[in-house]
Amino acid sequence: MVSVAPTGPARVVVDDWGWRHAGRKAWAVHDLDLVIEPGERVLLLGASGAGKSTLIHALAGVLGGADEGESHGSLLVDGARPEQARGRIGLVLQDPDSQVILSKVGDDVAFGCENLGVPRDEIWRRVGAALDAVGLDLPLHHPTSALSGGQKQRLALAGVLAMQPSLLLLDEPTANLDPEGVVEVRDAVARLTADDSSTLIVIEHRVEVWRDLMTRVIVLDADGGVLADGPPDRVLDDVGERLAAAGVWVPGIPLGLPARVAPPVHELALTTEALTIGRHRAHPVQQGLGIGVPSGSATVIVGPNGAGKSTLALTLAGLLPELAGRVAASPTLAGSLGARPIRWRSTELLTRIGTVFQDPEHQFVASTARAELAVALQALRWSRGAIDERVSEILEALGLGALAEANPFSLSGGQKRRLSVATVLAARPAVLVLDEPTFGQDRRTWLSLVGLLRDELERGATIVSVTHDAGVIEYLGDHRIVLERSAEAVQAA
Amino acid sequence: MTTFAPPTVSSTMPERAPLDRVNPVTKVLAVLILSIPLLLTIDWVSASVAVLLEAALFPLSGLRLLPFLKRALPVLVFAPIGGLSMLLYAKPGGTEYWSFGFMRITENSIELAVAVTIRVLALGLPTILLFARVDPTDLADGLSQIARLPSRFVLGILAGARMLGLFIEDWRSMALARRARGLGDRGVVRRFASMAFVLLVFAIRRGSKLATAMEARGFGAPIPRTWARPSRLGWIDAVAVFSTITIMAIALAAAVFAGTFRFVGQ
Repeated sequence: MVSVAPTGPARVVVDDWGWRHAGRKAWAVHDLDLVIEPGERVLLLGASGAGKSTLIHALAGVLGGADEGESHGSLLVDGARPEQARGRIGLVLQDPDSQVILSKVGDDVAFGCENLGVPRDEIWRRVGAALDAVGLDLPLHHPTSALSGGQKQRLALAGVLAMQPSLLLLDEPTANLDPEGVVEVRDAVARLTADDSSTLIVIEHRVEVWRDLMTRVIVLDADGGVLADGPPDRVLDDVGERLAAAGVWVPGIPLGLPARVAPPVHELALTTEALTIGRHRAHPVQQGLGIGVPSGSATVIVGPNGAGKSTLALTLAGLLPELAGRVAASPTLAGSLGARPIRWRSTELLTRIGTVFQDPEHQFVASTARAELAVALQALRWSRGAIDERVSEILEALGLGALAEANPFSLSGGQKRRLSVATVLAARPAVLVLDEPTFGQDRRTWLSLVGLLRDELERGATIVSVTHDAGVIEYLGDHRIVLERSAEAVQAA
Repeated sequence: MTTFAPPTVSSTMPERAPLDRVNPVTKVLAVLILSIPLLLTIDWVSASVAVLLEAALFPLSGLRLLPFLKRALPVLVFAPIGGLSMLLYAKPGGTEYWSFGFMRITENSIELAVAVTIRVLALGLPTILLFARVDPTDLADGLSQIARLPSRFVLGILAGARMLGLFIEDWRSMALARRARGLGDRGVVRRFASMAFVLLVFAIRRGSKLATAMEARGFGAPIPRTWARPSRLGWIDAVAVFSTITIMAIALAAAVFAGTFRFVGQ
């Protein structure tokens, strides 16, 4: 039923298809009709919630059976149901970490072939060819845990490629990558689809990355069916504005934010002297840092992966101890306390330096959004009335009112991010430290977040963001701290 | 990249010692052969002889002494503690040397204490010696191909175990985040409980994502699976099993000869 020999690109026929997840009232996708011809390269767009991921999971045959949900209509890959054509269909998902299966590069790529019953000699021939195709020039026994995000995604791509799929499905393959990783993955996909040996379908918010590679853009309508379908240039001209409003990063449509005017520097909120940072004493990532964070301005920390940007941010924020040297807060910021933030108590930190973590879920501690916002205020021993007032005010200001009773873990990516920022803002910290705040955000949630942070700046807050995002550097980068990869870090990597 | 030979069984090892060429499944068998007689009997001669013979084979493992002792530290610490409790609380017998409340040191308890201490060493040290350099992937290959355990089960555990590193990172970030959110000063128990709960949520979510990724690569498809890395038994495995049996036979014979042989409970 699954042939080992390559069979050429697949034809996809979606006929009046729909899917409803178990326990939901609304259909994730319904009344969808599509024909994708062999060798086409399709960029699949649509607002979040339009069912893009559902469709691509269905095409990969991993939506699950009847207990996961119900479907109508039909969805066929070369005339077969996707569950029966597995192995002919390759899927790469968004999260690099959850796609690595085995601990060595070669074994991981071989995994799919083994499952398809490919003979041993043929497996290793394919593994080599697949690693070559995605440009991963590493020994077969290289540990997968030592790979960067971009390398992990290329590894996942190689694993899928070794199965010689007729249909290649990529679900936001670059959303969680730094700019370097985005280019690596995009170039790898470009190389391996150049010979039209497979049909390609990609979901991605960042259109400019994929536009030149694609022969067709399909826009799903959140109300069911297809909103637009055709060559990339025509579709983007026709519905570009609507797509942008729905959260898609359409090239050529301006963000509409006024440029930032950096205020004059009066004081440095945080300074470091001969600072050595690292998470473990044995592995310092940077040494001898002497930097300053100006009060009332926006500062960005930039640099390549592994340079210690997050470690620096967490050390400045009084969460990680200095390995040598010290971090000092200005007298205005420290108030009656000593200068070193790491010595402050947890509640003393709250009103002085607030930290937003890269993964919002790491900082959630309550079972509703409302309770989540009250946590810091309770720790500060505010009165019940004052807490209720402040929480309501924040919920409204951030447009989270409708979600007040929702469980934080059940929110969408953009909502989680906004709530995690809101929990920190609730205590009105003088300094705000953010680790990759715009990671994985679509255009709409990005705008609401950056707008929110700029409002805080207007109110006199100091902001420090670790980022790879050119937009954040442009709109929240009055000052820049550029970290280079240190000699030790380069050696370790 | 020109040729792609299948990587040999322990491709990450710096140099291959004789013990590295023994199949991991054979090592599991060896540990069973060593432990069953040692668990059923209790006397100091058999265990001492076993420890000495095992120590003589140490060079075959390719391990360096200091790193080995570091790994063996828990066993080295635990063995005398086990011995001490025997010394004080074992069934009294023979001459009594000292007593205090329930604690009594007698001829019998001293003998048992020595026997138990050496026995823990005789069980623990070879296990560490045998498995210190076993790659989990090789073990999984062996368990599936040679021991014929269901591959779905073995590979599922192998892939899942790799996620432990991610959970350690999660835990660290969550601890820092608790301090950042004003919860770092008190309530250690509650903080631990809330972090443990979130970790569980992460574990379930990561597990289902991993399952999807594996399924998308044909895992669980109704096709006979092939194996990229063959797990084979060779003459060295026969030698390993024979040596283990010999060690055990010599140890037990020595105990019988010395007249100390004794079953547990006797």
